[in-house]
Amino acid sequence: MKHYLNAGYSVGSWLLTRDHKRIAILYLLSVTFFFFIGGAFATLVRLELMTPAGDLVISETYNKLFTMHGVAMIFFFLIPAIPTVIGNFLVPLMIGARDLAFPRLNLASWYLFTAAGLLALGSIIFGGVDTGWTFYTPYSTTYANTHVFLMAAAIFVAGFSSILTGLNFVVTIHKMRAPGLTWSRLPLFIWSTYATALLFVIATPVIGITLALIAIERLLSVGIFDPALGGDPLLFQHLFWFYSHPAVYIMVLPALGVVSELVATFSRKRIFGYGFVAGSSLAIAILGFLVWGHHMFVSGQSMYAGMIFSILSFLVAIPSSIKVLNWTATLYRGSISLRTPMLYAIGFMGLFTIGGLTGLFLATLGIDVHVTDTYFVVAHFHYIMVGGTVMAYMGALHYWWPKMTGRSYPEAWGKLSALIIFIGFNLTFFPQFILGYLGMPRRYHAYPEEFQVLNVLSTAGASILGVGYIFPMFYFIGSLFARKKIGDNPWGATGLEWRTSSPPPEDNFRETPVVTEEAYDFAKAEEPELP
Amino acid sequence: MTERGHAPQFDDLEQQHEAATLGMWVFLMTEVLFFGGLFLGYIVYRLAHERAFAQASSHLDVALGGINTAVLITSSFTMALAVHAAQTERRRRLFVFLLATMALGCVFLAVKGLEYAHKFREGLVPGPRFTHEPEQQIFFSLYFVMTGTHAVHMIIGVGVMIGLMALALRRSHAAAVENAGLYWHFVDIVWIFLFPLFYLVGRHR
Repeated sequence: MKHYLNAGYSVGSWLLTRDHKRIAILYLLSVTFFFFIGGAFATLVRLELMTPAGDLVISETYNKLFTMHGVAMIFFFLIPAIPTVIGNFLVPLMIGARDLAFPRLNLASWYLFTAAGLLALGSIIFGGVDTGWTFYTPYSTTYANTHVFLMAAAIFVAGFSSILTGLNFVVTIHKMRAPGLTWSRLPLFIWSTYATALLFVIATPVIGITLALIAIERLLSVGIFDPALGGDPLLFQHLFWFYSHPAVYIMVLPALGVVSELVATFSRKRIFGYGFVAGSSLAIAILGFLVWGHHMFVSGQSMYAGMIFSILSFLVAIPSSIKVLNWTATLYRGSISLRTPMLYAIGFMGLFTIGGLTGLFLATLGIDVHVTDTYFVVAHFHYIMVGGTVMAYMGALHYWWPKMTGRSYPEAWGKLSALIIFIGFNLTFFPQFILGYLGMPRRYHAYPEEFQVLNVLSTAGASILGVGYIFPMFYFIGSLFARKKIGDNPWGATGLEWRTSSPPPEDNFRETPVVTEEAYDFAKAEEPELP
Repeated sequence: MTERGHAPQFDDLEQQHEAATLGMWVFLMTEVLFFGGLFLGYIVYRLAHERAFAQASSHLDVALGGINTAVLITSSFTMALAVHAAQTERRRRLFVFLLATMALGCVFLAVKGLEYAHKFREGLVPGPRFTHEPEQQIFFSLYFVMTGTHAVHMIIGVGVMIGLMALALRRSHAAAVENAGLYWHFVDIVWIFLFPLFYLVGRHR
């Protein structure tokens, strides 16, 4: 049967494609590449921290390692991963459209992303950047001695890729829904992708102009953030976090959407409190714009600003916990099957909760002063980013793999890897909470001897985590060569993407679907092919 | 009417038109935020260095800035006429008004270039060759970055006009002209903010 994968085999049929599904595959390759680049830097960081002495690399090299780990993971993996791979593939399928509204623009986004990736790789190869992923002035301006300009240019270009993707999603979700698919019938993944797309288009331009200012300051020796010329380095931090805090939600909102899909399907129940779960995505997106100052509690901003940002940051906990509570209520009396994607979803719920609760510690002014720039912060955001976003991304890959490829992954290997990742993750990052609370600062390559045991545990965990990520690489690729094909709806899931064949035909649906029921109506769903 | 059929991902031409218009508005929203970062910087620095900003602004040429403001407002008018011509499918009128809009855009850029040249001669360009009070440098940094970013948008706008003129020779493409019009008006509005902020505020204090 003709489908999007066998529609053409030439290189041109991929590199010039306008099919959102093929573009999703291109993104899958790109972000996977950067995931392993970022992972390589993380490996070196953890190796250095096995011993208290700074013996593997010198401090300048270490500065570059954690900077490039952050840049690669945040800008080239976490931000694009779920929206551009899973979102690109699913948004038109889930809303019953033939493609995104602007297919050529979608391809252009991928080319911009690739160009940005090449600039970033160039910056790394020429010697890297040592400012930290935050590019704080004056590290990145007056005192910069590394390839800040190239890296800033890379992130500027990657930002445009994000903006165009966000624009495409907003227009597509507004204008191209199938007949009968009202807003209150949309799958929750679409709601969270919509909220993410809004963040893309509203927040990203600000980081664009901020990094452009840094680049101008570097290139033309014009003082904009330089105090010697009357500039204000704190202005940079405000502008930077005005983007980069919403960017945290860019990274986690799509993950929340994925988990909603997984929890509903594998409990075979309509999600509890659909309206609240959908609305909480928008609430997180809106609140996300009002809390950037909590990154600057010790920067010297006004105490009153600090108090207001603290209170607003606490508010984010409300929509976040609505989601976790409603997932839990969905599980209650559900018919739960613990398939691999569901293992990731359940892992996500636990880790996201820990990450979220420790976020409240950091939103508390007094406690934040104690743990600012310690490993407590590092552990907190890794629980959200890795324990949250990466877990959900892995769950999403497993769940939609049969749809994307028409093949099934080996379930036993899938479950084993999910378990290894869960154990490895906790062993890596839980000790870091304790280290941070005891006072170990981040971004140093040497530390007092009493911290060694916990650091060795963390490094050991990282190696387990690494194994957990490499397994799926192999069995996913292996599954492509499997003879056995899988049915169109192996999970017995609801949602339009399961009504078309696997892999879907080039224009997605042989005829435009008409929606007549609410989302997650499992009373009418097919039985799962895989019990 | 000589419009082509709709693109395959859309159900009909109306849906395609609506999507294009919404897409343009979303794009303009990103532009507002893009310039928004710069305007925030302006506000912060104006409050921090009020005296230096007032002094520095007196180096700017109000006459040339005023002429440019008039030129841009006129170009918005010709752009609006071009949109109307496209909607009523009068291709000759469309071509003429696009040409007028483009020409006015070029006049703006020429005058801006003239002003930049003056500033270079007077040592008002930030950097090592800045010859005035150091505190004024931040004013001129912002001046060049913000008017420069605006000028880049103007150059893109002129390019869009040329593209639409080429298109108008073959058919009147109302959706494209409308979207270009939205963009052109947006770039004008940015200038309507830039002109008083740099040239007028606090000038005679």
